Amino acid sequence: MAATSEVTTRGEADPTGRPPRGGTAKSRRGGAFGEGRAAWILALPFCLLFLTFTVWPVIQSLFMSITDTRARDLKTPFAVDIVGLDNFTKALSDDQFLQAARNTAYFVLVGVPLTLTMALAAAVVLDRGITKLRSVFRLGFYLPVITSIVAVAVVWRFLLQEDSGLINTVLGWFGINGPNWLGDPNWSMPALILMASWRNFGTAMIIFLAGLQAVPWMLHEAAAIDGAGAWQRFRHITLPMLRPTILFVSVTTGIGYLQFFEEPFVMTNGGPLNSTISMSMYTYKQFGFGNYGYAASLSYIIFIVIAVVTAIQFRLLREKD
Amino acid sequence: MTTTTDKATTPVPAPKSTRGRFGRTPRPTEPVGTNATMAGSKQSSRWWLYGILSLCLVAVVAPFAWMVLGSFKSEGELRQTPPTWWPHSASLDNYTQLFSRLDFGTYFTNSIVVAVAVTAGNLLFCSMLGYALAMLDFKGKKALFSIVMATLMIPGVVTFVPLFVLVANAGLIDTLPGLILPFLVSPFGVFLMRQFISGLPRDLLDAGRVDGAGELRIFARIILPLCGPALATLGILTFLGSWNNFLWPLVVAQSEKTYTLPVALALYSKGQNSTNYGLLLAGATVVVIPVLAVFLAFQRKFIEGIATTGIK
Repeated sequence: MAATSEVTTRGEADPTGRPPRGGTAKSRRGGAFGEGRAAWILALPFCLLFLTFTVWPVIQSLFMSITDTRARDLKTPFAVDIVGLDNFTKALSDDQFLQAARNTAYFVLVGVPLTLTMALAAAVVLDRGITKLRSVFRLGFYLPVITSIVAVAVVWRFLLQEDSGLINTVLGWFGINGPNWLGDPNWSMPALILMASWRNFGTAMIIFLAGLQAVPWMLHEAAAIDGAGAWQRFRHITLPMLRPTILFVSVTTGIGYLQFFEEPFVMTNGGPLNSTISMSMYTYKQFGFGNYGYAASLSYIIFIVIAVVTAIQFRLLREKD
Repeated sequence: MTTTTDKATTPVPAPKSTRGRFGRTPRPTEPVGTNATMAGSKQSSRWWLYGILSLCLVAVVAPFAWMVLGSFKSEGELRQTPPTWWPHSASLDNYTQLFSRLDFGTYFTNSIVVAVAVTAGNLLFCSMLGYALAMLDFKGKKALFSIVMATLMIPGVVTFVPLFVLVANAGLIDTLPGLILPFLVSPFGVFLMRQFISGLPRDLLDAGRVDGAGELRIFARIILPLCGPALATLGILTFLGSWNNFLWPLVVAQSEKTYTLPVALALYSKGQNSTNYGLLLAGATVVVIPVLAVFLAFQRKFIEGIATTGIK
């Protein structure tokens, strides 16, 4: 916008709004303003869509969170009562929301380490352990990532059935009497964590594989000559060198898992006995009830939690110098 | 990551930023594939690694195999205990029902239309801004880039409610534009395109200017054709993301004429068809197979994209 006004004052504005074309010496000299205008023309479509569908909702959400907006206020989003921080204090004493927060913590604290461990193990073996078929395994392990959660849920509900499910059938071969995964409040969350890890470890694995390429080969050779075993080399060379990658993957996985929604939504609907309801899902439920203001404040609580957890991860895992 | 970049057969120099993303420079000398022939490593220990990996692969892929096989089974067979693996008498009944009785053809078309429109919008608009941010000087550039990057961190749930209000007030509920417009641009796309274009030589720009081409022509004729790898990555990621998108279409698509495949499948799996197992498995297969095809066709590009951007 600033560029436009500058252009006008210099009296060289092209009324068609197109950047100058053709003229050789002139366009070279006027490159700075032509460039600025061209840049804004290129930026314009993005900026319009971005302001409308991202920036504006973020601001409006913040406003909504301090109001008592309900579904009936849809047409007049600003003609509502300001209630200050009431929504936030209400959330902190809302038993169901606190239950959802505990469930989310359970999911993240078990799910992130499990996913990262699976991914790192797969990446290390694919990188160092084998020479052939590497791309076949890589491809196979990545498949669940690209598939729709809804399709995955349909299949996993069958796999997790108590009597005729594939998982309990396989457990039965080893004499284990599998639980009623999705029907038992104690087993529903482990089932979802298992499913989420299965579905997501492929992404982390690919990033770990990329990170492993940056581990200097000579260090491993030198350590092997000094008699370090595979585990020792992993522990004292690979892991420290991978620290930035682990930070990156744990942050992105953590952010994703803190928002987990689709798994319980399609698998359990939050049940049984609210054992799998998550913060995002509870927010969505409040939205469904028409409590828009309350839902907006819950979404900002999730945002704050994500920011805090990310900051903690950076503290714990940043490179020591 | 460094290996994939090195292997890429593009004549364009790789973007600077993809190198040493994790804060270190790549090993320049070591070729890929020599990793495993490590000094003092035991060849004899390999077979069990292959064994374990194969077992894991079976565990990862088995649900998909079972889904596809199950979609050809009869209702009775799906309810058997213990479950069967191969269908006793394979039939296409579930699929014919899916498309005749349940109108999956419409949902399929909707999914395609939405995904193609969203992908096209992202490719065009994000590369335009990406080019401006990478190559051109203009007032407000730094501020614009900071704002775009800041929104990368905001979880989707924050914008969800006001976005719904906005789309509802615009009368776009239960329309395909309502499913498309909010996703036409993404901060991530701008980030990706800017990083890639920053790696292109600036001489291209000057050469174009000397030849008298305007800035927009330089973008369309010189820069864009060189962005193939980045456009491919962004295109595939966006298409898959849109195809699998679930929550927004679930809320906005309120009648059968605008359902996308995941929405239809989710509703059927909860509604009166929830006990029709064969139909559900066939539906799940229809949702998964197209992305599987896209993925297998482009998987090399795709995995390079994941490795360089870290975002699925």
